[in-house]
Amino acid sequence: MATIVAQPTGVPVVEEHHEMSFIRKYIFSTDHKVIGIQFLFLSLFFLLVGGLLAMMMRWQLAWPGKAMPFGGLFPEAMAPGGIMLPEFYNSLVTMHGTFMVFFAIMLLLVGVYANYLIPLQIGAPDMAFPRLNMISFWLAVPAGVIALASFAVEGGAAGAGWTSYAPLSALPEASGVSLGQQMWIVSLVILGLSSILGSTNYITTVINMRAPGMTWMRLPLTVWALFITAILALLAMPVLSGALIMLLFDQTLGTHFFLPASGGQPLLWQHLFWFFGHPEVYILILPAMGFASEILAVGSRKPVFGYKAMVGAIIAIAFLGWIVWGHHMFQSGMNPVLGTTFMVSTLVIAVPSAIKTFNWMGTMWRGNLHLHSPMLFAIGFVMLFVIGGLSGIFMASAPFDIFIHDTYFIVAHIHYVLFGGALFAIFGAIYYWYPKMFGRMMSERWGKIHFGLTFIFFNLAFFPMHTQGLAGMMRRLYDTSGYTHTADIQDTHLLISFSAFALFASGAIFAFNFFWSMFRGERAPDNPWNATTLEWQTPSPPKHGNWEEAPVVYHGPHEYSHPDVTDKDWLAQNERPDVVSPARH
Amino acid sequence: MNWTLPENIATYGGKIDAVFWVITIVTAIAFVLVEVGIIWFTIRYRQREGRRAHYTHGDKNLEILWTAIPALAMVVLGIYSAGVWADIKGRESAPAESLHIGVRAKQFEWNVTYAGADEVLGTNDDFTIRNQLHFPANEPILVWLEAEDVLHSFFIPQLRVKQDAVPGMTIPVWFEATRSGEFQIGCAELCGLGHYRMRARVFIHEQADYEAWVGEQIASRGQTGEAEETELATAASAPEAADEPASTHDHSAGGM
Amino acid sequence: MMERIRLWTTVAAVGLAWGCGGGGGDAGGGEPAAGDGGDQAAAPTIDPATAGAITGSIAFEGDPPAAQPIDMSEEPDCAAGYADGVTTQQVLVSNGQLGNVFVYVKEGLSMEFPAPSQPVVLDQQNCRYHPHVLGVQVDQSLQIQNSDPVLHNINTQPTTNRGFNISQPQQGMQTSRDFGMAEVMIPVKCDVHGWMNAYIGVVDHPYFAVSAADGSYSIPNLPPGEYVLEAWHELFGAQTANVTVGDGATMEVGFTFNAGMAENAVVPLGEPLVVKHASDGSLTTVRGSAGD
Repeated sequence: MATIVAQPTGVPVVEEHHEMSFIRKYIFSTDHKVIGIQFLFLSLFFLLVGGLLAMMMRWQLAWPGKAMPFGGLFPEAMAPGGIMLPEFYNSLVTMHGTFMVFFAIMLLLVGVYANYLIPLQIGAPDMAFPRLNMISFWLAVPAGVIALASFAVEGGAAGAGWTSYAPLSALPEASGVSLGQQMWIVSLVILGLSSILGSTNYITTVINMRAPGMTWMRLPLTVWALFITAILALLAMPVLSGALIMLLFDQTLGTHFFLPASGGQPLLWQHLFWFFGHPEVYILILPAMGFASEILAVGSRKPVFGYKAMVGAIIAIAFLGWIVWGHHMFQSGMNPVLGTTFMVSTLVIAVPSAIKTFNWMGTMWRGNLHLHSPMLFAIGFVMLFVIGGLSGIFMASAPFDIFIHDTYFIVAHIHYVLFGGALFAIFGAIYYWYPKMFGRMMSERWGKIHFGLTFIFFNLAFFPMHTQGLAGMMRRLYDTSGYTHTADIQDTHLLISFSAFALFASGAIFAFNFFWSMFRGERAPDNPWNATTLEWQTPSPPKHGNWEEAPVVYHGPHEYSHPDVTDKDWLAQNERPDVVSPARH
Repeated sequence: MNWTLPENIATYGGKIDAVFWVITIVTAIAFVLVEVGIIWFTIRYRQREGRRAHYTHGDKNLEILWTAIPALAMVVLGIYSAGVWADIKGRESAPAESLHIGVRAKQFEWNVTYAGADEVLGTNDDFTIRNQLHFPANEPILVWLEAEDVLHSFFIPQLRVKQDAVPGMTIPVWFEATRSGEFQIGCAELCGLGHYRMRARVFIHEQADYEAWVGEQIASRGQTGEAEETELATAASAPEAADEPASTHDHSAGGM
Repeated sequence: MMERIRLWTTVAAVGLAWGCGGGGGDAGGGEPAAGDGGDQAAAPTIDPATAGAITGSIAFEGDPPAAQPIDMSEEPDCAAGYADGVTTQQVLVSNGQLGNVFVYVKEGLSMEFPAPSQPVVLDQQNCRYHPHVLGVQVDQSLQIQNSDPVLHNINTQPTTNRGFNISQPQQGMQTSRDFGMAEVMIPVKCDVHGWMNAYIGVVDHPYFAVSAADGSYSIPNLPPGEYVLEAWHELFGAQTANVTVGDGATMEVGFTFNAGMAENAVVPLGEPLVVKHASDGSLTTVRGSAGD
């Protein structure tokens, strides 16, 4: 394997220094760092919107049919007199999922950190295609605006769930929603384009623009995760876009791809959606795994335990992720023999997840754990991801899935994976890379309080959903009363709703910390965490072009507590070996 | 609040519940191992001045161990689950002797069709009742599940049965109840604004009571017992459909 | 906040106009337009000295099809309203006279009539629509209300207008809608209670009526002229008659329906459905064998 990768020419560091207008610098910027920060604000906004929608759902479930606080603000078509209508609840279900999956988590993981970190961590001055990068952001914005605007059109926002199962999503006369569903489709097609452009860029950058000495096995695990994620997104997104356009044709042009009337197949939508959707699930967790690995190594002051196994597990998940989509469809009417096949592949994919978990524990083992906010969130990530992973085994087993399919058990599972998993890692990443992004530290004290409250109320809000699911409560019910087998479920709803409100409120602590620290936070040193990866070996925040002199890499990504280095417990990737000479790994 | 599964009244429910408990035990072991380990490490190895972390890049034997054990557990679980799955949902799983009932879901109703006096489903003496499913205990029931407009899902929690109803498909679903009683069908697939209350009552009768109920229904409809195949049934144009019952089975479960 | 969203919507909606399946903003929008209509054009004056009328009665020959019982036991709040049980209401015949027939002037009017400002009420009471057949004018407000403590949805299925499908989960809820184009008839159904259905006739003038239980109807204040009158029934289809109304004359026009006409009519909504056999599925199975 080549150890030296030629520094690409044509990205002249000098040229970047002349003055740029405000618009070129902060609005239509081609600097990967600015674009990353733009994505950060955009995705945090959608995290807030998605959270607000969830709060409204929790109100309805806890106090069905009672007027919402501030409910008078809503138009008659959503909540007359503040009383939520079932069709509005369905829109909330749909758009909460859509915003959280596509506009919050996915943009936070990939839009923000792939953009911000890849060039910095591989030692490149910028992305391979900076303008493509800018376009990718400016496609995500209208996509989000269209999705938001769909709430205000006649018939309301899409109401067929974030999976938009046909025929409900294709038949306005069945759903009562026509324009809203079409806007949902258009929004996601645009976002898909943004994602495809971004992924092309990330892949090209990682392959071609690594600094001299940055071999594949010296890449930080974050870059590995983001690289594999980009490949998944590049291959999965076109499938979604194609399916969405077919759905749009069914709605508007009278085609019958998913309508049985002229030989169409409702199940085809599910196959296409989940053929995209299951790789998508790993798009939503692989980068989080990368962040957690990185932060756990820094916080434990140890190299990542089993680096090669970790890389192997990421690749294995990416491969297996393509052959498990049918586990969403065990009860769909698909041939039961296929169910068996998908069950086996799904159970197998638990193995790489287990490998990662044990290696994270191995990383902590005999470490010297600095329990700062990023580290707490990374540890929280592992603890909660494990629950989400283990609950997945219940639904992977097709016979038991008969009972829990489409119940709150699934809702609990997806939130343990996407909130307890992805979002905890994202919070950790925000605390961890904030000093590099903004040149100031976030408050440690408030960070720890934020962690504590989030951890407690997250579990109080989502763990009871497992029991609701086991009791047989179905998903996406506007009002759960009236079912005899869950007649006594209302107390649990109250517990969950109160916890959800508290969870949302603890987000306010984070928001305050985030914005306050931007102006009043302690000034950050270049390398506040004593970390080894390249982004910490340049000023906080880095200048346009990233490097004063192009870095050369001599070491693996996580050389902490090396026995030959005695004056400190870390060894930067670009520290010259004539200064120190540890055994190369 | 019920912390585990509701009462089981299905003959095969025990198998499903056994899968649940096996997975619960396996995952509980993994859960305790990992969570206790993490908490213990967090306390035991928290930062102390002057201490250095142990420098290691991993251990190949450990990697093999913790790859092999989960892999083995998953394979065993897979084989075990596959057997139960085939027993319940496999194409050949429905008992040969069973009572056939048609269920057609639409927004937001379950229309249940019973064979009339001739005891043959698909003839013009069939009768349809909205939102009421009647059947006898201790006899296998085979439901032919259809949907008219959008996806629905046929879910009776106590019977451990759930199956999506798909427009354009006829899907066989079988179950056998071990006792009589009154239960509910719930819709488990989002089907529109009335999804939350798309439910039907399920009346499981003792055999004799069921016969009596059917007799009553037939009498109230003034049927003679003379029945022809309905126009719709004979008009079924799938080439393999009309002649042999077996083809129905193949077609409906097959496809995608 | 909402204002801003609406602004965005306008921008987005313009961009998406190609996708919205045609239809301008006037095709049954959510805003009650009755008031506006009143302002625009003054109602044409009908000279009371010359105005005539059409009255008459709808006869039914032969035995009317028997009403089917409806099992409302799952909805006790509604069932309580019917002490002696409840049956379908498609055919309302008493003494050989047919009720719930929509009679309207189909052709012959050239004036434009603004929508009246008072709304037409469609009430859902005891899981039935009241009235079962009703007429509104174009742009006239249709006020839909739920008098039951249960969920109803109102699913209109027009062919010319843009339909809507909305819910009223609670007692006392009210919604106003209107239709922008004339259409006879628009079916209305409640998908929660399959037996519930109604029909709305939308016409662009005030000359329509629904026959009462005794079969009688009356269309007053009609300017003299030559008209085509149509009588529509949900099961027995439509019939037309030519009628010339002279100065101040009251014309008597009767229609006669019989059970045989039902063949051509639409299948009534809300009847229990027989398991249908789609072209690609069949159900010719017998008790005792699950197939192979």
